[in-house]
Amino acid sequence: MTERRQVLAVIGAGPAGLAAALAAAARGVRVVLVDSAAEPGGQFYRQPAPGLGARRPQALHHQWRTWERLRDGLATHLAAGRVSCLSDHHVWCVERDSGRFAVHALLGPEQREPASVRADGVVLATGGYEKVWPFPGWTLPGVITAGGAQAMLKGGLTLPGRTVVVAGTGPLLLPVATGLAAAGARVAALVESADPTTLVRRSAHPRNAVRGARALAAHPGKLAEAGGYAAQLLWHRIPVLRRRAVVEAHGRDRLESVTVAVLGPDGRPVPGTAQRLDCDTLAVGHGLLPHTDLADGLGCRLDGAGVHVDDEQRTDVPGVWAAGEATGIGGAALSLAEGHIAGRSAAARLNGTAPDPRSWAPAARSRTRLRAFFAELDRAYAAPVRWAENVPDATVVCRCEEVTAGAVREAVGSLGAGDLRTVKLLTRAGMGWCQGRMCEPGVAGVAGCDLTPGRRPLARPVPLGVLAAPPPPDAGTSPCPGTSP
Amino acid sequence: MTNQSSCDVVVVGAGMIGAACALYAVRAGLDVVVVDRGPVAGGTTGAGEGNLLVSDKEPGPELELALLSCRLWRGITEDRRPDDHRPPTRGNGLGPGLTPGLGRAVEYEPKGGLVVASTPGALTALTELAVGQRAAGVETVAVDANQLRELEPYLAPGLAGGVLYPQDAQVMPTLAAAHLLRASGARVETGRTVTGVLRGPDGAVRGVRTDRGDLLAPSVVNAAGTWGAEVAALAGVSLPVLPRRGFVVVTEPLPRRVRHKVYSADYVADVASDSATLQTSPVVEGTAAGPVLIGASRERVGFDRSFSLPVVRALAAGATRLFPFLEHVRAMRAYVGFRPYLPDHLPAIGPDPRAPGLFHACGHEGAGIGLATGTGHLIAQTLTGRTPDLDLTPFRPDRFAEEAAP
Repeated sequence: MTERRQVLAVIGAGPAGLAAALAAAARGVRVVLVDSAAEPGGQFYRQPAPGLGARRPQALHHQWRTWERLRDGLATHLAAGRVSCLSDHHVWCVERDSGRFAVHALLGPEQREPASVRADGVVLATGGYEKVWPFPGWTLPGVITAGGAQAMLKGGLTLPGRTVVVAGTGPLLLPVATGLAAAGARVAALVESADPTTLVRRSAHPRNAVRGARALAAHPGKLAEAGGYAAQLLWHRIPVLRRRAVVEAHGRDRLESVTVAVLGPDGRPVPGTAQRLDCDTLAVGHGLLPHTDLADGLGCRLDGAGVHVDDEQRTDVPGVWAAGEATGIGGAALSLAEGHIAGRSAAARLNGTAPDPRSWAPAARSRTRLRAFFAELDRAYAAPVRWAENVPDATVVCRCEEVTAGAVREAVGSLGAGDLRTVKLLTRAGMGWCQGRMCEPGVAGVAGCDLTPGRRPLARPVPLGVLAAPPPPDAGTSPCPGTSP
Repeated sequence: MTNQSSCDVVVVGAGMIGAACALYAVRAGLDVVVVDRGPVAGGTTGAGEGNLLVSDKEPGPELELALLSCRLWRGITEDRRPDDHRPPTRGNGLGPGLTPGLGRAVEYEPKGGLVVASTPGALTALTELAVGQRAAGVETVAVDANQLRELEPYLAPGLAGGVLYPQDAQVMPTLAAAHLLRASGARVETGRTVTGVLRGPDGAVRGVRTDRGDLLAPSVVNAAGTWGAEVAALAGVSLPVLPRRGFVVVTEPLPRRVRHKVYSADYVADVASDSATLQTSPVVEGTAAGPVLIGASRERVGFDRSFSLPVVRALAAGATRLFPFLEHVRAMRAYVGFRPYLPDHLPAIGPDPRAPGLFHACGHEGAGIGLATGTGHLIAQTLTGRTPDLDLTPFRPDRFAEEAAP
């Protein structure tokens, strides 16, 4: 046995990764926090670039107090040398290497120079990415993802356009619409294909009463949050169009308007309900998917779309934990709880002791509540059935490889594809630069097959020269670049 | 619901070999059903590069099969008049009066293979191999060090020389299997698992049992590739097909810089090797769609699908040694497949005397796409009682001692 301090690599510096890093660092483990952004915070607490001189970044955030606690905690651990923070590190593979782990990354925006970190344990807090379903015109300049609009606002303090339609489905649309309006954009409409008010109504139904009411009643905070958004929507005079969808985006060289239509019970537009809205930007999103590439490359079992974890947030690969959106979409508060538990479990296990779950009982309770709440939310924001039938044959569904819905349907109808992988091989849909991250949900929908998480053992494009060379020396032991709290 | 079907032949396996068997069997007038537990090309076909190679085969039965297959691939892919026997030409338009071939649909590229030797010793060995191949009917062109750079301007300097094989070609294997199946007109039952091979009281095969009812037929073709041993076992016979794992690395799309299939002379030795441990020899080729494909690794590790970074690193190192410009090109993805391997590196093709009515068409190792047409053609000949164009003795499915079975 050596007295060497055990090293935990935490991949991702969003809410889950920060919570894990702080919990582990406080318990005697050396933490290396690896993140692709320039500053910690992840998507949820994305910070304005320091050069922009933002005076009130909190105006764009809620739960600012939580962020301040995380930020200050991180600064303390950084100063004490318990945590080092590797920003601008894009991890492309985590390798099991004779009982330890090697985290392989590429540096900076160029992503050409390699860096590697050796660790005794790994927490995967890799977050999620946005899901967008295709529709005619969705590839026009001016159509961006809802999360992309929010990132521009939080990170760049810029507005994506002057007149914005926010559309799609899911709770993310609310902060995007209100955030854009607060920053000065005219939000012409928030178009939500589901009817989330059913969340409350469903709870009133006797069959759902117990589960739904419990899930909601357990979250007075969430209800207040929803109420807060409702007030902001009113304040900014944002029309909310429920059970409607953008069925087409129009424009010659860039977006000029969108057509919105009422969706019938089968998810198809009701004839005669189409309505044109002028806009220069459409921020569209249909929910999030977990980032599971690194977990899958390590051989971790997936559970549906997310990484399978036990009560301690352990994956089925010894020494690997997962927390936050990577294990299933559930928002920042759930990510914090899961990250905290993962960090405490990892610290105990790496130090050779059995963790005491009672010590994280409050986090475990909020994890239970929040998972139940998001399961209800998922049902309320479920995709309209048969939405994919609305996608015309001519619409490009995979934009990297320019594969149309018609080509996907032909692969299924006459070439014998029955699953996403065969559709990809026959049409090249998902083989391009994004490796299917953008188009897989749309392709699976149009193909009528299950959305199985794609296997991407190289989580990012890697120069062959980097692969061919021996891995560089351990970057985790070098001094911290520090962060600007 | 009646699940009883009758046809002349049940082909088990909707990969490249099963598709070719179906195509030629239907052309021979047989009524064919293809059944597969997965989708079309769900096994090794969908994990390969689509090589149609004569260059990597030593003179012998496999090379004869490769030459036959090479001719048949041309016949399938080219646009032609029925009486036209010219070599295939590449072009985008279809000339007047021509029947469209499957060439465009399957991305057929008769681009030729270039085998390079890094040392004078390796070049001598390669040249000797080429002499033997030439005697067997392979077109070979000796290439000196200067000509190498003319053929492949981005090759590393300092190579000793090589041999050009103009008959080597490539298809996109998943497209090839899907389009051959569609062109065959056979009934394709994907997502249907064969759970047994039915035998009559006389021991003759009567069809297959599936999870969705029986399919009755006097002939069953085992085209289950790497899983061929399982299908053989269902019929009560042993066929020692084992998986030999390989990774392929795929780069970002590039303008055409690698014109041929380029590989190191070591590759032929690796293909023929019996070693279970990891071997990698660089194989680099451009594709019609733009990405460069990089192989080839060989390991016998069972059906272990887990990602192996050391293997992918070795492939990258080999490829960048051959083509230094690749150092700055990004790998987009890597995927794994299992070559169906038999102990003597030859496939099993033809009737199984141990189970009358059972035919095998599997165990082609890494050459199944290329050898598919010849295999399908020979299987169709044996199914219809004709004398096969090649002597099938070296491919006899019962050539292995029973104890060789897994």
